[in-house]
Amino acid sequence: MISFNGLVAICLAYVVLLFAVAFTADRLARLGRGRWLRSPLVYTLSLSIYATAWTFYGAVGSAVRSGLEFVAIYLGPSIVMFGWWWLLRKLVRIGRSQRITSVADLISSRFGKSNLLAVLVTLLSVVAATPYIALQLQSVTVSFEVFGASTTAGAGAEARASNSPTAFWVALGLALFTVIFGTRNLDANERHHGVVMAIALEAVVKLFALMTVGIFVVWGLSGGVPETLARIEASELGQWQIDGGRWAGLIFLSGAAFLCLPRMFQVLVVEAADEDHLRTASWAFPAYLLAMSVFVMPIAVVGLDLLPEGSNPDLFVLTLPLSQGAEGVAVLSFLGGFSSATSMVIVAAIALSTMVSNHIVMPLWLRLTGGRASISGDVRNVVLTARRVSIVSIVLLGYVYYSVSGGGAALAAIGIISFVGVVQVLPSMIGGIFWRGATRTGAIAGLVTGSVIWLYTFFLPSIGLPIFSETLMAEGPAGLSWLRPQALFGIGGIDPMLHALLWSLSLNSLAFFGGSVLSFPSPVERLQGAQFVNIFQHSGGPRSWASGVAQTEDLLIMAQRILGPQEAIALFAREARAQGGRGDLPEPRPDFLETLERELAGSVGAATAHAMIGQIVGGTSVSVQDLMAVADESAQLMEYSARLETQSAELSRTARQLREANDKLTRLSVQKDSFLSQISHELRTPMASIRAFSEILRDSGGLSEAEQSKFASIIHDEAIRLTRLLDDILDLSVMENGRVHLNLREGRLSEVLDRAVASAAAGEGKGAMEIRRNRATEDHAITTDLDRLAQVFINLISNAQKYCEAARPRLTIRVQDLGESLAIDFIDNGHGIPREARDVIFEKFSRISDQKAGGAGLGLAICRQVLERLGGTIAYMPGEGGAAFRVMLPRGAALAAAE
Amino acid sequence: MSKRLLLIEDEPNIIEAISFILSRDGWQVTSHVSGRDAVDRIRREAPDVVILDVMLPGKSGYDVLQEIRNDDALSGLPVLMLTARGQDKDRELALRAGADRFMTKPFSNTEVLEAVRAMVPAA
Repeated sequence: MISFNGLVAICLAYVVLLFAVAFTADRLARLGRGRWLRSPLVYTLSLSIYATAWTFYGAVGSAVRSGLEFVAIYLGPSIVMFGWWWLLRKLVRIGRSQRITSVADLISSRFGKSNLLAVLVTLLSVVAATPYIALQLQSVTVSFEVFGASTTAGAGAEARASNSPTAFWVALGLALFTVIFGTRNLDANERHHGVVMAIALEAVVKLFALMTVGIFVVWGLSGGVPETLARIEASELGQWQIDGGRWAGLIFLSGAAFLCLPRMFQVLVVEAADEDHLRTASWAFPAYLLAMSVFVMPIAVVGLDLLPEGSNPDLFVLTLPLSQGAEGVAVLSFLGGFSSATSMVIVAAIALSTMVSNHIVMPLWLRLTGGRASISGDVRNVVLTARRVSIVSIVLLGYVYYSVSGGGAALAAIGIISFVGVVQVLPSMIGGIFWRGATRTGAIAGLVTGSVIWLYTFFLPSIGLPIFSETLMAEGPAGLSWLRPQALFGIGGIDPMLHALLWSLSLNSLAFFGGSVLSFPSPVERLQGAQFVNIFQHSGGPRSWASGVAQTEDLLIMAQRILGPQEAIALFAREARAQGGRGDLPEPRPDFLETLERELAGSVGAATAHAMIGQIVGGTSVSVQDLMAVADESAQLMEYSARLETQSAELSRTARQLREANDKLTRLSVQKDSFLSQISHELRTPMASIRAFSEILRDSGGLSEAEQSKFASIIHDEAIRLTRLLDDILDLSVMENGRVHLNLREGRLSEVLDRAVASAAAGEGKGAMEIRRNRATEDHAITTDLDRLAQVFINLISNAQKYCEAARPRLTIRVQDLGESLAIDFIDNGHGIPREARDVIFEKFSRISDQKAGGAGLGLAICRQVLERLGGTIAYMPGEGGAAFRVMLPRGAALAAAE
Repeated sequence: MSKRLLLIEDEPNIIEAISFILSRDGWQVTSHVSGRDAVDRIRREAPDVVILDVMLPGKSGYDVLQEIRNDDALSGLPVLMLTARGQDKDRELALRAGADRFMTKPFSNTEVLEAVRAMVPAA
C-alpha cells in the first residue's frame, strides 16, 4: 500500500515536472522558437481547465445523484464552442485589438474605461471564484485523505478533511506555483506561455487518468462493454427522469459561465495565440469533453454496485480502483484530480490577480502616490508585487472559505453557485459587443442588480450565515414573504438554482437594457462601443503574431523614423550585444522593449511610444485611450512648438533689429572715417600753404618787399580759411546733435536778404555777379532766427558766385507767397548742377569734383541743417536753366523743431 | 640747361609756394591744375620730374600715375606724390601705384627740394 508520504513525493515530483515544462516553454517562447507551443492543440487543451476537480470527481457523484444531469454541464460549453463560434471569434478579436487583460477589463473598456465597472466585475469575480477555489482545495485534500484513510482502513476521511493541515499546505503550494509562473514577468498582453503549456500537460494527464479508470472499470471490473451496459440498464440511474427546466437551465448556465468565468476568459481570449485556433477548438474541445464524460456513467454504476453503502460517490473515481487493490490506477486517478484542481486554481488565481491588481491595487497606488513615477520602473515592481500578493490572497481566501464552510457540501453544488455568480457579467458582455446603444449606466445597473439578487437568493444562503436563518428562508426578512430568498415575489417551489438564475439574469438584463436606454453614453463610450460592435470592420483580417525577428525589424524601421537611422541602428546593435546574441537585431525581450520605449518616449512622448510598440509587438491596434493620450501629448508638443515658434520669431526679430543697428553703426563708422579723412584733407591743404610760405619767409634771404607782403597775405588768408572751416565744422556738429540754440526774432525778409547780399559781395571781393531782386515781393514779416537765415542766404549767394561759370554771371532772387509758407528761390545763369550730383550736394564735403573748390563742401549741408531747425526746407530746383535752389520758410511762428 | 619740373596741383597757393622754392634752386617749373588732361600735358612737356597731387579735379592722382606707368615712354618718369590725406593706406596706395616718393601736406620745403633733387641727379 502506498504511504501518505509516498503520495506527497509523487505529487512533488509531478509538480517539479510541471515546473520543468513551464520553464522550458517560457524559455523557448522567449527565444522566439517553439511556435508549436502556440498550436491549436495546446489552445484546445488549455481550455480544458473548464473541467476542474468538480467535473473530474463530481461528475460521477452528480451521475449517482441526478443521473445524466452532469452531461448538461458539458453540453453548455460544447454548444458555445461549436455553435457560437462567431461569438467567440468576436471576443478574441476584441480582446486582441483592445489589449483586453480580463473580463473586468473587457467590460470597463467597452463602457468608456469605467473603473467603477472594473471594480464591480472584479469583486463579483473574486466572490464567485472563492467557493470554487475552495472546492478545488477540498478535492485535493479529500483525495489525499482517501489515500491516508485507506491505509488506516477508516471511513471518516471526509470528516477529518476540513481540519487537516493538508488543505493549507496544498493552498500554499498552489499559491507559490502560481506566483512563480504567473508573475515571472509582465507581459504587455498578459500572456503566460509556460503556464499554458503546463496546463495543457495537465489536461492530457487528467483525460488519460479518467480514461484509464474507465477502461479499468469497464473491462477490468465489469467484464466488458455489453455487461456494463446491462448494469446501467439494471441500475436505478437508468430510470432517471429528465427535469426539463433544470436541464435547460444547467445547459444555459454552463454555456454562459464558459464565457464569463475569469479563468476561461483568460485562456479563451487573453492567452489566445491566434484567432484561427478557435476553428480547431470548436470541434476538438467538445470532443475532449465527450471523452471526459464517456466513462462517468459506467464508473457511477459499477461504484454503486461494488462499494459499500454510504460511500461518497464524488470519490468513486478514486475509491473504486483503491478498493480493488489497483493502486497504480488509483494513483493515476489521483494525479488526474490533482491536475484538474491545480490547473483551475492557477489560472483562476492569475486571472483574478490581474483584475485585482489592475483595477483595484494600481488605481489606489497611483492615487496615493499622486501619479508620480508613472513611467519609471517603479510601476513594474509595484504591479508584480500587487499580482503576487493578490494571488496569495485569492488562494488563501479560498482556503479560508473552505475552512469556514466545513467542506461538507457536495462538490457540484458549490460549482453551480459560482457559475450563477459569474454569469451576471453576461448581459453587459453580450450587450456590449453587439449593441451600440449599451451604456455604462446600464451595465452598472445590470451588474449590481444581478449580483445583489445572486448574493441574496443563492450565495449567502449557501454558506449558512446566521442571519439566513430558517425563519428568514421560510418567511422572508421582517415577515415580508415576497422577499423570501428562494421564492422571490412569491414564486416558490422551483429549483433554487433555477430560481436564482432566472431572477438574477432577467432582472440584470432588464436593468441593463433600461439603464442603457435611459442614459446617454459619453464620447469615449460611443467610440469604444463602435470599436467593439464593429470590430471586424475596424481591424482588418486576423493576424498571427509575427516571429521575433520580423517584429524586431518592424521596430527598427519605426525607431529609425523617430530617432534617425544612425542612432536607431546603434541602439539596436548595442542591445543585441547586451543580449549576447549574434547579428545586429536583438530579440524583442521585455527589457529591450522597455529600453526602446524609453528612448522613443524621449522623442514622441510616453503614451505614443507605448502605443507604437504595442502596435508592433502585441499585434494590437491602438485603443481609444491610447489615442487620447497620444492626442494629449501631441497637443502638448504643439503648444510647446508654438511657444518655440513665438520665441524664435522674437529672436529673429531681435536679430534683425541687431543687424539693422549694426548696419547703421557700420555705415556711421564708415561715414565717420570718411568725415575725418575729409576734415584732414581740408585742414591740411591750407596748412600746407601756411607752412610752405612761412618757411620761405624764414629761410629765404633776399626777398623783395612785394614778395614778403604777398606771402604774408597768403598766410593770413589761409589762416582765415582754416578758422572758417573749423567754424563750419563745429556749427554743423552742433546742429546735427540738436544742441543748437535758436535766437528767434521778428524781422522782415527783405532786410535779411539785404544783409546777405551785402555780406556775400564783400566777402570774396567778387562783385562781378549781378544780383536781381524784386523788392516788392520781398516785404514779408517773418519770425525766425534771422542770423541763421542770413547764413543760409549768404551760402547760396556765395555758391553762385563761386560756381557760376557764365560769362556774365547773374543771380535772380525770387520770393513767392505760397500761403502757409514763403518760397525764396536762388537761380543763377550757369550750367546748373548735373543730374547725378543733385542728390549728394546737400551731403557733407560733397563737391562737384571737376570744379575749382572754394570751400570745404560743408555749405549746403549746413543750409539744410539750419532750415530743418527753422521748420523749413531747401531743395534743388531742376529745369531753371542754371543752378537753382528753393528755400521754403514757414510763415509766422510755425517753427516745427525749433528747440 | 636746367631741369624741368611739372607740378600737377589744384591749390593755387601751393603751386605758388612750390614754384618759388624750386625756381630758386634752378628748376624750370610749370604747373597744371586738373587731373583729366594731366598725362597729355606730361607727354607734351616731357618734364624731368613730376610732382603729383592726389586730390585733383577730374581724375585722381592715383589714376594719373597709373596711366604714366602704363605708358612705355613715360614709365621711367620720376614722380613725387603729394597728398593731404595722411593715412598709411594712402601711402601704400601711392607706392603701389608706382610713386617714387610720397609726401603728406603740410610738407617741409627742404624735404621737397631734397626729394626732387634726389630723384633727378643733376647732370
